Amino acid sequence: MQDVIIIGCGVVGAACAYRLSRFRLRLTVLEALSDVAGGTTKANSAILHAGYDPEPGTLMARLNVEGVRLAEEICAKLDVPYRKTGSLVLAFDEKDRSCLRTLLARGEKNGVTGLHLLSGDEARALEPELSGEVQEALLAPSAAIVNPWEYALAMAETAVRNGAELHLSCPVTAITREGDGFAVTTPKGVFHSQYIINAAGVHADNVHELIGKKNFTIRPAKGEYYLLDKSEGTRVSRVIFQCPDPKGKGVLVSPTVHGNLIVGPTAEPSGPEDTSNTAQGLQKVRDLAVRSVPGVRFRENIRNFAGVRASSDRGDFILEESPAVPGFFNAAGICSPGLSAAPTIADELTALLAEKGLALEEKEEFIDTRRRVRFHELDDGARNALIAADPRYGRVICRCETVTEGEIIACLRAPIPPASINGVKRRVGAGMGRCQGGFCGPRVQEILARELGVPPEAVPLEEPGSYILTGETKEAWT
Amino acid sequence: MTEHQLVVIGGGPAGLSAALSAWEAGITDILLLERDKYLGGILNQCVHNGFGLHRFKEELTGPEYAGRYVELLESTAVRVKTDAMVLSVSPDRTVRYVSPADGCRTVHAGAVVLAMGCRERTRGAISVPGTRCSGILTAGAAQRFINIEGKMVGRRAVILGSGDIGLIMARRMTLEGAKVLACVELMPYSSGLNRNIVQCLQDFNIPLLLSHTVTDIIGDRRLEKVVVSAVDEHRRPIPGTEQTFECDTLLLSVGLLPENELTRALGAEMDPRTNGAAVYENMETSIPGVFACGNVLQVHDLVDFVSEESARAGAAAADYIQNGETASRRTLTVENGNAVSYTVPQRIRMEAVDQGVQVFFRVNRVFEKSAVTVTAGEKQIARFKREHMAPGEMERIFLPEKLLALAEGETITVSAEEAEA
Amino acid sequence: MKELICIVCPNGCRLRVDEKNGCRVTGNSCPRGEEYGKNEILHPVRVLTGTVRLHGASLPRCPVKTRGPIPKEKLPEAARALCRVDVEAPVQTGDVVLADLCGTGVDLVATRTILP
Repeated sequence: MQDVIIIGCGVVGAACAYRLSRFRLRLTVLEALSDVAGGTTKANSAILHAGYDPEPGTLMARLNVEGVRLAEEICAKLDVPYRKTGSLVLAFDEKDRSCLRTLLARGEKNGVTGLHLLSGDEARALEPELSGEVQEALLAPSAAIVNPWEYALAMAETAVRNGAELHLSCPVTAITREGDGFAVTTPKGVFHSQYIINAAGVHADNVHELIGKKNFTIRPAKGEYYLLDKSEGTRVSRVIFQCPDPKGKGVLVSPTVHGNLIVGPTAEPSGPEDTSNTAQGLQKVRDLAVRSVPGVRFRENIRNFAGVRASSDRGDFILEESPAVPGFFNAAGICSPGLSAAPTIADELTALLAEKGLALEEKEEFIDTRRRVRFHELDDGARNALIAADPRYGRVICRCETVTEGEIIACLRAPIPPASINGVKRRVGAGMGRCQGGFCGPRVQEILARELGVPPEAVPLEEPGSYILTGETKEAWT
Repeated sequence: MTEHQLVVIGGGPAGLSAALSAWEAGITDILLLERDKYLGGILNQCVHNGFGLHRFKEELTGPEYAGRYVELLESTAVRVKTDAMVLSVSPDRTVRYVSPADGCRTVHAGAVVLAMGCRERTRGAISVPGTRCSGILTAGAAQRFINIEGKMVGRRAVILGSGDIGLIMARRMTLEGAKVLACVELMPYSSGLNRNIVQCLQDFNIPLLLSHTVTDIIGDRRLEKVVVSAVDEHRRPIPGTEQTFECDTLLLSVGLLPENELTRALGAEMDPRTNGAAVYENMETSIPGVFACGNVLQVHDLVDFVSEESARAGAAAADYIQNGETASRRTLTVENGNAVSYTVPQRIRMEAVDQGVQVFFRVNRVFEKSAVTVTAGEKQIARFKREHMAPGEMERIFLPEKLLALAEGETITVSAEEAEA
Repeated sequence: MKELICIVCPNGCRLRVDEKNGCRVTGNSCPRGEEYGKNEILHPVRVLTGTVRLHGASLPRCPVKTRGPIPKEKLPEAARALCRVDVEAPVQTGDVVLADLCGTGVDLVATRTILP
């Protein structure tokens, strides 16, 4: 019998696990996909928003600003790439200018510090690539960029290191009452707990409905992106937004912590799993982005992707005990600024659980650090020390991102090892560069197969079924 | 820091040839750095034949061609480090590399030859819509899986792009037991060699769909189908022309890009048309003593020409080491005229021209009976007849010193034009 | 008159073969083109390349080719025959790994020297 089961290990589930793992609790995290951070967390703008956007009085407004402050601390403790770049919202006409004033007023109410308005020329002095059409801009110095999947992974890993159980490829198929607790059925068996946190992202309404009467609906909305080569990575040095519209925060142009340039997203209603790109969506991204930064060279694109926002019909985060199901807590409708607010969402839920009787006794032995080797960031002295101890740190596998065999092996021995080529990519960056795994893909596959003790054919690109190899050559004829 | 006369970066056909020719020119202290476990580069996975007709006057497979050079190199005292990845090159010709055996090491060289080769353009570079399922690989990655690892990448395939690697892989997939449904080419002509269209597609009845492209990729986990549409003269898909191919594999052969990260970080002047360094008549970059050759300089169609170009770079590096910098009181810039998309070299130092200069270039459309002209201002200094020219086939002309001397200004222009029958 | 693209070398000459006149070839720029043009009409041939399983080395496959061309219609059968071949390192370029491939009279030879 566990104290708490968390359903879903995206950034919200991971933040909850990380938060709860500092207490003496029996904790289980169930993730439907084969890796953590596999849904919305892996496909978004990778921005920690300053917090001027949400309507004052909403949960979003209350949790965003403090969440971003905590995120900075967590990233430092857990070795997650993070950079406080600041952001600009651009105004192109009178309507936009009045929008900037609304955002400024909201931001001040929400407790965002350092906000101020810049003239078009002042904005261009900061960001020379901005369009000449920009009349005014709102500067928010506290906005930051982050590696979202490493952020979630780091929190989940730390939770596991502190005793949380994580089960991957473990979708929940049924939830039943069992005394005043729950029985949670999965293909990997039945799990029992006193409390449940539903952090199932785009599927949160379905998971809730397994036991409770529907009182919210997830309205998934797809966003399409371009990820451009590092040669475009310094085109801007801050996150460049346009004025938000009811559907979202508009198309942004932003550097990433990996040194690339990210451009997007669109916002269209979609299925919960629909992460396909469309010609129209990509066209729209290009058309809107060049309004802000005309010089973006889309021919430097290395990858398109799409993510699905887990927006709900309520328009705000849903952080509450399900009215009809005591002990079942929803963390649902976590669309933007969900990544920004993840740590405070976790705090909020922890407080709700405590109110309902969960005893929170802090562990003395709580481990709150994490480090990983990033070969390309080290100086030669540190590199040579590593190579002397393990020569595999001297073998560069991913030449675009300078990732070594030693780093790949290390991630396979971490608390949450990857089981796919993309899992390795998310952890160490092999295949994230301009050749997109053209060279290193086969070698990563070989290393993964060798280390996992399986044939190369058994190593998938992502989820089971996304196989890369079909067998030996000429097998069709034997 | 160790000192070497010459450091060659890359042990593919370009690096091998450059190192050999420098050795033959009397350079005895040569270090060759190769990032893979074996010398030979991409030739090792090109198990098909068709290499070496110019260089060795016989038809060899890729591994045989590489083997000939490796054998020649083994008869020299050129030092080879494999598994050695170069991390940086500085303008003072300091080279930093890392390998499991040596760790991170810094060496200094009297001259450096850049021979890192090229990489394939990916799905991202062409922004094909659709899902991101498995089963979509560059043709070269598939070639490595099949020919080096002996692993099959799929059962029913569509090839996007009719460059030589795509054509070769259409045949390879077929010979290894897969069904290749079509080879789809955006342009109205193939960028591959005609012989490959015959022996890789026609021999196996694989249709070549010119002026078509893949407009959607469908598949949840593994690729299930691709949608192919015809394109108009602006290369835009034409609605209503969609056809669906049920397949589990899409191979991309959509172009090669010289791999010049080291060259850019070094600060060498680049030519945006070749995506390689801008070079002088002897393959020297704008950084004195640093030379570039092979696919890192310009994407070639034939390895024989890579070897030839690289031999010139190696010899020039030897000359630099032995005789110092090349004088350049008068430099001609080679400009692209009508229908010429690039030239290599980009500049010619007149004092350095011995018998003449080999100029490589590509045309940007198909020509039948035609002529290549070289002009200096209003004056035509040379004219070469051609029966056929196409963007997929690199052209070269030799400009004898005598003709170059006729150029009075600071530029010469290479142009292509239709010739009267 | 049949028009062909010569595949003997990368030049890809456009050949015209006169079937009525003893397969006289024009448009070729070398004697090998003439031979190709004749063969292509009378009995087309191709060189087969591929790989076979390799044991006792760090590489799992050894590249091979037919020492000379084989009848084109034999290509599928010959390609299949390759999966029944196993070689043991060391192997030298030119070593015969299978004699008389599918009754063509042509040997299959290794195209890479691979040490154990």
